[in-house]
Amino acid sequence: MKGEPKIVRGTSLDRAGRRKKQIFLASYVPRLRYTWDTGEAIGRYLAELKRGRLIARRCRKCDRAMIPPRMFCERCFRPTDDWVYVKDTGTVNTFSLCYVSWDVRRLKRPEIPAVIEIDGASAGMGILHILKKVEPRSVRIGMRVKAVWKPRSQRVGSITDIAYWEPLPLRGSKV
Amino acid sequence: MTKFMRRALESPKELAWLASKAALDSAEMSIDQVGCVVLGSAPDAFDGMHMKGEYLSDGCGGWRKPFLRCYVGGGTGVYAVAQGWFQVASGLFDVALVVCEEKMSHCQPHPQAAFRTIFDPITEQPLKPNLLWIFALEQNRYMQRHGITLEEIARVSVKNKRNALDHPAAQLGAQLTVKDVLASEVIAWPVHRLMVSPTSDGAAAVILAAEGVARRATSKPIWIQGVGWCLDSAYWTNRDLYYPEYVEKAAWMAYRVAGIREPRKEINIAEPYDPFAYKELHHLEGLQLAPKGQAPKLLADGVFDRNGNLPATPSGGLLGVGNPIAAAGTMKICELFWQLRGEAGPRQVPGKPERGVAQAWGDLMQVGSVVVCGTKEPG
Repeated sequence: MKGEPKIVRGTSLDRAGRRKKQIFLASYVPRLRYTWDTGEAIGRYLAELKRGRLIARRCRKCDRAMIPPRMFCERCFRPTDDWVYVKDTGTVNTFSLCYVSWDVRRLKRPEIPAVIEIDGASAGMGILHILKKVEPRSVRIGMRVKAVWKPRSQRVGSITDIAYWEPLPLRGSKV
Repeated sequence: MTKFMRRALESPKELAWLASKAALDSAEMSIDQVGCVVLGSAPDAFDGMHMKGEYLSDGCGGWRKPFLRCYVGGGTGVYAVAQGWFQVASGLFDVALVVCEEKMSHCQPHPQAAFRTIFDPITEQPLKPNLLWIFALEQNRYMQRHGITLEEIARVSVKNKRNALDHPAAQLGAQLTVKDVLASEVIAWPVHRLMVSPTSDGAAAVILAAEGVARRATSKPIWIQGVGWCLDSAYWTNRDLYYPEYVEKAAWMAYRVAGIREPRKEINIAEPYDPFAYKELHHLEGLQLAPKGQAPKLLADGVFDRNGNLPATPSGGLLGVGNPIAAAGTMKICELFWQLRGEAGPRQVPGKPERGVAQAWGDLMQVGSVVVCGTKEPG
């Protein structure tokens, strides 16, 4: 029985070879369209977003108010019990300053994705969203933020009905 | 295994064949001796081949054999070896061939678009997320919780890319300094470009055999002593990302099977999953090989160097050797095999290691898969 092979096999293609068209290629751009049914829990979540409110779902057994809401508790593995309105304010749990778009274009001004823990939901219950109207360098974990809603007429029942989140003025300070 | 490279001439099927044949040659076995074949490969979107398992089966030696494909995200490369172990340990088969393959260069211009589909289609994808986000969010949380600096994280890139210079399959071995890493472009703060593993094409394979067969095949078999895996909730924004509890659970499962009580004393060598620099530290803590928040300090003290007390990623890892998703995890198992047999050449860690642990991670920051290998037959 031999150990590590002296020569590792496989052939790397270099750019020069590609330019000279020494390689035969077949291309395919799939045109696939999907329509996702929202289900019970997320359907209500989106309906409430359209009304400008955030809603969670409570499990009476573990006493968690969960957002995004679900019809079953994954920990207790039983149905959840109640709908609970939560606030549209929260705390930055973590964030990034991202200089690359989803399709790998470079961005001059970074996007600021964040996990935001929602006031009124159980501790640690966050959602993914975007921060704006804030100097990137001044974003901090623990920062207090509030949702900025799109005007009622532009809301369609989507997570993007919240346009973005912006810092809450410090308590006691005037806006 | 094959070379890991930016773009391979070989098709996925051919890459799988090259790795499978190399594993058979190494064990001096023929495909006729293989009872079943286990394939690990990431979602079909990467190769762009629907029903990729069926497509790859011939290249894996699966012709007219019990064949299955398994998948647990980025954790697949280590999990597939556990899946192969089930087949042999259950007594169903004497020999299992485990093959992992990935060809990420198919997806044009960049597999980022395929990665985007991991996010929830209704509550997250409308925000146009990219894969870097979740790593950056997790790294930031980890750094904040323990007061870890970027310099401490950058040391992982320096170590792993240096180790990779000695790996014949490596795509991105390099001699770098902490300064070089921090001077590289910020792509998603706090993540810098040189803290990220590349996209890669490649394949790796191992042969698993029952005790009697293994003893006839070689005087130095490497034994699988324990396996473990665990999946956390897909509601990832409801979890504290600073610590991978699912890795801890997977590790303790594997350690229990292996009869390990004090991992820091009983493990000689570690191959934690390192797709991003901070992940190696994060995972060493989850694997119980460093106290929470202390992995950066142990790294700075040289504990994880190749000649340190507990060498971590002597292969060069995903950061240095490359990251063809599932194949990268199996590459880590291959490294333990060579290291424990004393055949790792210039990468060999000193002190005749007797036991090593390999770990992989994936899905939505969610899965841990762990395999413990050693030179002693489990009792």
